[in-house]
Amino acid sequence: MAKPGLDGHDRGAKVIARALRDAGIEVIYTGLHQSPEQIVEATLQEDAAGIGLSVLSGAHLTLFAKVIELLEQRDAADITVFGGGIIPEADIAPLERMGVARVFTPGTATHDVVDWVRAYVGGGVPA
Amino acid sequence: MTATPRPSESGLPIEPVYGPDALDGWDPDEKLGEPGSYPFTRGVYPSMYTGRPWTMRQYAGFGTAVESNARYKQLIANGTMGLSVAFDLPTQMGHDSDAPIAHGEVGKVGVAIDSIDDMRVLFDGIPLDQVSTSMTINAPGALLLLLYQLVGEEQGVPAEKLTGTIQNDVLKEYIARGTYIFPPKPSLRLIADIFKYCKAEIPKWNTISISGYHMAEAGASPAQEIAFTLADGIEYVRTAVAAGMDVDDFAPRLSFFFVARTTILEEVAKFRAARRIWARVMREEFGAENPKSLMLRFHTQTAGVQLTAQQPEVNLVRVAVQGLAAVLGGTQSLHTNSFDEAIALPTDKSARLALRTQQVLAYETDVTATVDPFAGSYVVEKMTDDVEAAALELMAKVEEMGGAVDAIERGFQKGEIERSAYRIAQETDSGERVVVGVNRYTIDVEEPYEPLRVDPAIEAQQAARLAELRADRDQAAVDAALAALKKAAEGADNVLHPMRDALKARATVGEVCNALREVWGTYVPTDAF
Repeated sequence: MAKPGLDGHDRGAKVIARALRDAGIEVIYTGLHQSPEQIVEATLQEDAAGIGLSVLSGAHLTLFAKVIELLEQRDAADITVFGGGIIPEADIAPLERMGVARVFTPGTATHDVVDWVRAYVGGGVPA
Repeated sequence: MTATPRPSESGLPIEPVYGPDALDGWDPDEKLGEPGSYPFTRGVYPSMYTGRPWTMRQYAGFGTAVESNARYKQLIANGTMGLSVAFDLPTQMGHDSDAPIAHGEVGKVGVAIDSIDDMRVLFDGIPLDQVSTSMTINAPGALLLLLYQLVGEEQGVPAEKLTGTIQNDVLKEYIARGTYIFPPKPSLRLIADIFKYCKAEIPKWNTISISGYHMAEAGASPAQEIAFTLADGIEYVRTAVAAGMDVDDFAPRLSFFFVARTTILEEVAKFRAARRIWARVMREEFGAENPKSLMLRFHTQTAGVQLTAQQPEVNLVRVAVQGLAAVLGGTQSLHTNSFDEAIALPTDKSARLALRTQQVLAYETDVTATVDPFAGSYVVEKMTDDVEAAALELMAKVEEMGGAVDAIERGFQKGEIERSAYRIAQETDSGERVVVGVNRYTIDVEEPYEPLRVDPAIEAQQAARLAELRADRDQAAVDAALAALKKAAEGADNVLHPMRDALKARATVGEVCNALREVWGTYVPTDAF
């Protein structure tokens, strides 16, 4: 679970991290203000199967693209990237085209995120 | 069968029926006093809204200084004289627009200000002696205040005529909002320097807006919100007193900032309890004598976190209810959110509707006709006492840990708030907590909505302006000023004087903050979940 950029709103990221942990999934939270480089580095070091990015500042197109680009450069494109935040409907298709497996918007139930992560992160194929 | 009490947002019982027994032994002289007098439960002014309504202050700003300047001029043309400036995240974190970490964030959630050149454009043609300006800026609050003073100077406006507020509440950044730069100790020293500087140079400026809003948005209950905010307030007062100031010299310039939720009864109780606690603390713990030092004056913003991306028009109704709670609670100023807040930045139309909501409350309802309309209500007086007791208990826990900063360093407030946020998420998931349009009364197909977009070219434009500025200025003067700033930061001199010289010499926001980072370091949280 990662907070890229300068956005300090971590309520959503923390709630999802707790819900995943309570569901028995191992979660590492990066903390605030991480650059895409730091996030990818942490993902590789921790050998994580997926990255959940949370952005509420409107910088999602730039930051998600950068994380995916860096994963490709490190031959780690098999790591599932998903995310959420204040993301307009119209941006979801472009994010999916760049390789984001799933975008969760406000109002999503935590168990829906948990079910999706169980099904698709670490081997599964996104619907 | 006896009906069971329902838990409030703070987890306090709300009984199905209240009668006189709820106020057994309750003494109105002790608990309420007159409106405008100690302990200010009924409001800080004797007449409240019967003379004039609260200040309608809508937070705005995006993109470049040029665009925001146009928006402010439009607001002023419509009769607003209270501006509220939103800065982008790089500015709030003390980074220049061309810093790598700023990539993708420039101009997004507010205006990008890199130097005095941008600040001059932001307020071009706006007479600073005729507007009051609230700036949502915390860790770099001193810089933006000084830039405002410098632009005022260029306009020929003396500093003693400037009015406005800087948020300047760094403690809540560690607890909830996340836009901190320096560790707590130097941050508090910087705040004491600001108090002293303003006392001498900009006496009408509100030097801090001690905020619970962001804690509430992060998940804090009403009792947690006021407890942790007032505990932060106590820490600031102690800091200033320890720096040699007399409490009555700065306390009248302290202001507060809270949320308003849709749960009207508990919110009204919360605002009333907060006023009562603060008045007691200031008089009994700090010996303040000036009545203005005892008054908890506050701004309110409606709860953004209660707004939904689903069926967004329903948010108009939520905002009206939240705004009503703030007014019934006696707020001094109010920002009502736009209905599209859960989707993106507000459009012109949604921002106007938000303001219209306040105007309906102020001019079409009768809640402004009499002061503190809920006074004497069995339920609201009982809840005021209950919220007060719950808040005092939490404040005592913070004190036991050594005060707000020590509690922050142990992750106490953040942990409490996150537990509360998780509980709310679980209640919403299970349907126990109804959110209309999300877990009940949903529709199958949401209508498409086209949100406001910020032009991504702004980042390149700001970078070009910075390149021009660095090529054009007297670099030796900038270097000398930054060196003087570092020297003051290492010692005990007020850093605002050399900081002003540096900004005047066209040092950038990022350069000034970096100079301080070199001396003071940066805050690294112990972040668990």
